[in-house]
Order: sequence, then C-alpha cells, then structure tokens
Amino acid sequence: MINPALLLIFGALPIAFLQRPIRQIYLLALPIVAFALALGIEDGSYGHIKVFDYTLETLRMDGLSRVFMIIFLIATFLGTLYALNDDDPVQQTSGMIYAGAAVGAVLAGDLISLFVYWELTAIASVFLILAAGTEKARRAAMRYLIIQVGSGVLLLAGALIHVADTGSIAFVHFGLETMAGKLIFLAFGVKCAFPLLHNWLQDAYPEATVGGTVMLSAFTTKLAVYSLARGYAGTEILIVIGATMTMFPIFYAVIENDLRRVLAYSLNNQLGFMVVGVGVGTELALNGTAAHAFTHILYKALLFMSMGAVLLRTGTCKGSELGGLYKTMPWTTGFCIVGAASISAFPLFSGFVSKSMILSALGYEGHWFAWGVLLFASAGVFHHSGIKIPYFAFFAHDSGMRPREAPFNMLLAMGITAFLCIAIGVYPTALYDILPHQVDYHPYSTAHVINQLQLLLFSALAFTFLMMTKLYPPELKSTNLDTDYVYRRLLLRLIAWLRGALAQVDRQGRQFLLGIVSAIMDWIQKHHGINGMMSQTYSAGTMVFWTLAMFLVFLVMYLAA
Amino acid sequence: MTTPPDDGKTYWLDDMRNVRKIVWALVIVCAGLFVADAFYHKHPYFSAESWFGFYALYGFFMCVGLVLAAKVMRIFLMRDEDYYDKDRGND
Repeated sequence: MINPALLLIFGALPIAFLQRPIRQIYLLALPIVAFALALGIEDGSYGHIKVFDYTLETLRMDGLSRVFMIIFLIATFLGTLYALNDDDPVQQTSGMIYAGAAVGAVLAGDLISLFVYWELTAIASVFLILAAGTEKARRAAMRYLIIQVGSGVLLLAGALIHVADTGSIAFVHFGLETMAGKLIFLAFGVKCAFPLLHNWLQDAYPEATVGGTVMLSAFTTKLAVYSLARGYAGTEILIVIGATMTMFPIFYAVIENDLRRVLAYSLNNQLGFMVVGVGVGTELALNGTAAHAFTHILYKALLFMSMGAVLLRTGTCKGSELGGLYKTMPWTTGFCIVGAASISAFPLFSGFVSKSMILSALGYEGHWFAWGVLLFASAGVFHHSGIKIPYFAFFAHDSGMRPREAPFNMLLAMGITAFLCIAIGVYPTALYDILPHQVDYHPYSTAHVINQLQLLLFSALAFTFLMMTKLYPPELKSTNLDTDYVYRRLLLRLIAWLRGALAQVDRQGRQFLLGIVSAIMDWIQKHHGINGMMSQTYSAGTMVFWTLAMFLVFLVMYLAA
Repeated sequence: MTTPPDDGKTYWLDDMRNVRKIVWALVIVCAGLFVADAFYHKHPYFSAESWFGFYALYGFFMCVGLVLAAKVMRIFLMRDEDYYDKDRGND
C-alpha cells in the first residue's frame, strides 16, 4: 500500500533535477498516478507506524477522507497544469509537497501525523508566496508563515494535553468541553480563517505568484474545514462563526480594488457556508459541507486562474486599471464567467447543487436567522464574485489594454475546470455518490430553481440599478483596513510608543538618581572638602581642650549616677 | 490613461444601444420571474418564504443595502494604496 500523499511529497524531490520537457510530463503524471492509486484504496486503517508508546495511523480511509482526498488530487493536477508555463522548479517542488501534505493531513488518523502534515502545508506553501519575488510578497509571506506555524503550535499544545488526558492520539470527535478541545479548535480556526483570525488569507494569497495563488486557494483552508468536520461536527457555535464568516467579508469584497484580493474575501465567505454546515452537523449538513468544499475548490480555482491570466498578461489585477479585456481574451472571459456562475450558484452550475444542501439543512433544523444571513451572503457573493470580478476585469470601461489571450496550458486548465463546474451542476449524482453519507437530496425542484433565479437576477438588477444611478462605489486605488491593521500598524505604533515612554522613564529615573548622588557629594564636599569643618587642621591646644571637656562631662555623669 | 490602440475593430458591446438591450432583457426576465411566483407550489421552511416575491425583493434590497453599507465603510477603512509601505525603514 503506497500512501498517495507520500508519493506526491517524495515524488516532488527529483523535480529540480529533470530537464524539460520530461519535467513537464513528470509533473502532470505525478498527480494522475497518485489519483489512480488513491482510488484503489478501500475503506480502512493502514500505514501503522510505532513511535515510542504510540501507534501512528498514517492512512485512514473513510467517506469523509475520501471526498477531500479526491478533490485535493484533482486540484493538484489542475493547479500543476495551469502553472506549467512558469518553469520554476522551486514553485513546482514546493507546490507538489504542499499538495501532498494536504492529502496526507486528510488521510491522517492520529494527531501526531496530522500535526506533521499541518506544519508541512505551512512551510511548503510559503514558497509559493516568496516566489513572487517582490518585497511586498516577502513581507506578506513572513506574516503568513508566522500565523500558519502558530496554528500548528496551538494544535501541538492541544494534542499534548489531549494525550495526557486521555492517553489516545486518535484524531476523532473532540468537542469543546476540554481544554485540549478548545486549543485544537483554535488551531483549526486560524487555518480556517475564522472572523478576526482571518486576515492572513486576504493578506498573503493575492501576493503569491500567478500559479501559486491557485494552489493556495485549494488546500490550506479546506484542510481546516475537513478537520472541523472530523473533530467538531454539530458544535453549535460554529453556526454563529460560520454565519459571521459568510457575511462580513462581502462588504470588504465590494470596496476592494485588487481583484485577486476580492476573490480572497469571497473565499473566506464561502468557507463560512462550510463551517455552518459543520455546526449544524446533521448528515445532510455534513454532506453539504463536503460537497461545497468540492465544488468550491473547483470554481474558486477557476476564478483565481482567470484573474491570474489577466495578471500575467497585463501586469496588474486592479479593478481600477482593467476593463474591456473580453476583446482580446475571450476564452479567459468565458471561463471566468463559468466560475462566476458556479460560485453564485446558478442552476446548472456546481455551486447550486452544493450550497443549497447547507441552506436546506438549516431549514430542517429551524435556524431561521442563520438561514437569512446565508441567503443574504448568497446574494452578496453573486454581487462581488459573480458580477464584480468579470465586469471590472473584462467589461466596464475600456482600459485600452489589448493583451494576448492566456497561454495554452492555462486555457486548458481553465477549460477542464470549467467543464467540471458545469458537469457537476448538470449531473450532481456523480458528486453525491462520493459524499460521506447516503444522499437523498434533489436540488432541481421547481421552487428551488425559480427562487434561486429570483434571488440572483434581482441582485443583478440591483447592480445594474446602482451602476446606472452612479451609486456604485468606483474602483479606487486603496488599502482597506482589516484586522492586519492590528499587527501591521497598531502594535508597531504601540511598541514604538512604549519604547519612547520607557526611554522617558529611564531618563527621568537616571536624572533623579544622579541628583541624589550629586546632593550627597555636595554634602560631603561641604563637610569634608577643602574648607569643610571636618577636614580642617586644628592646633594641639584646641584638641587638648576638647578632650578635657569631654572627660569632664563623663566624670560628672559618672558621679551623678 | 492610455488611449485604446485602434485595432480596427468595433465590438458589439461598444455600442451603447446594445448595452441598453441587455439591461432591458434583464428587466423583462426579472419581471417574468417576479410574476412566476403566482404559478408554482412552494414548500417553504420558513413563513417568510411564502410571501409573494420574497426571494426577488430580498435579493434586490439586500444587495442595494450591501453596496451602500460598504460605501459608508470606505469612510472609516479606506487608506492610501501604500499605507503600510510608509512605515518601511523605521521598523
């Protein structure tokens, strides 16, 4: 039995030593072989390794692991194909190790293996950001690495406490009752970009290379969703956290100018849907989470691919600079629209058959408020990802740019991804068959189709209305403050202020002490100095007189007693 | 802003009349969808869903609200593009 994760990780090592075109063939073959291998693995527990007193379970195959493994391997192939024109062995190697680590993590049956793969995803993926080569990217990469490794440290701390408490290293349902459970929850939450822990995502992803962002968008956060589904299904607070996640990033997405950052915000919003599904925790909801992760990886990758192609050809991804690109990049435009329709959950596109499972699960359980929030977020995601992305990049005002169409390998990757998005939308049974639980769900009811079209097309109407009345905020070159403000500005200022305040205290303190010392010196000088009373020379007669006087006093006191 | 290079082509969407056609098509489809609410059987989870045109109105007004709220957020959150770059060198 060969673990597909190890195949990718160790298979990545010789990449740098191969020459083109063998390297290209090798890169594409690796995920295909891993995929073929993975499909042959039956449900069960494999790869047991004894370490000290504990037995690691490096390969656990069940319904939940399998669906995430399958989509990760598909994403590995598509991401590799997309980046093939960028002949950079550093990215190719780190990307493959990153993908392998993500696959390994969803197959890990114990906390120690999970921790090792968890940290490996962090370390391997940072090279995809560093490879962009800019100072901005380098700084974002360092912030990303600190936060990702921090998440691993939390996981390790939680795991150690869990082992001490229970004596078991198995990665099973934890819940929030214990300290260990809380720490591991927080570790997953950081990687899943929970509200207020989210900003590494919007900070780092848009700074990565063209192909790197596509790879990044697939693995890290969905690994976290998988981990939550495994360890915290049915934890009610996740409904609140997830609903918040669906909502607040869309406000940022509306005003953000960098279109890849808009996509990062909408990625965060989509994660919210999955987190809500985990929180509801019913079979339908968990199926919904797994299905949505599956479709999401595809359409989000497709959207990042199309924006990456724009970035590659025009050198920018800013809404304020772009426009009118459909004229010379018609294929990219078309693929982008397929991705946009899928994320917006138009009938016949992939998002429609997955997102609605989560909304239905909320309906069955009677969570009306969360349902309302998710419905709002569904309209909102169409607004910023479905319309804003294609509109400002490819249509809007003519920027005058007439870039060439994307390279063939990129078009091919986008084409296959777009095909999958439509195929899942048209034939959802194929996806439903690989979900963790038995599926009895029919997305194409008359009411559902019409309601969804009403929601989406009236959102489009709202966009048109806002555009024509010029109420829509224009794309502006700007930075919008988010939680990264805390560690990129506020803390730095605070430290600078503290440093200043400390210096002041230090100076004042020194001056005070010096004052005391010099006062003592003055006093000594006065009494023991050249003219001081205590240092004068007196004549022998005077001394005899004083000695005699003291003797007299002594005598009087003696006699008196 | 550079002027568009003259590649000798005019595209369908360059003509504002065609853009207007698309807008009208959208309005007509929306009107049709709104009316469609009278002609099918709903099976709602929540009572709000059975209100006439609920999804349509929710979609429209929530989106307008979203954009206007985001516009207000700009007042508080928007900074120069190189906002964080200004600190370089002294940290």
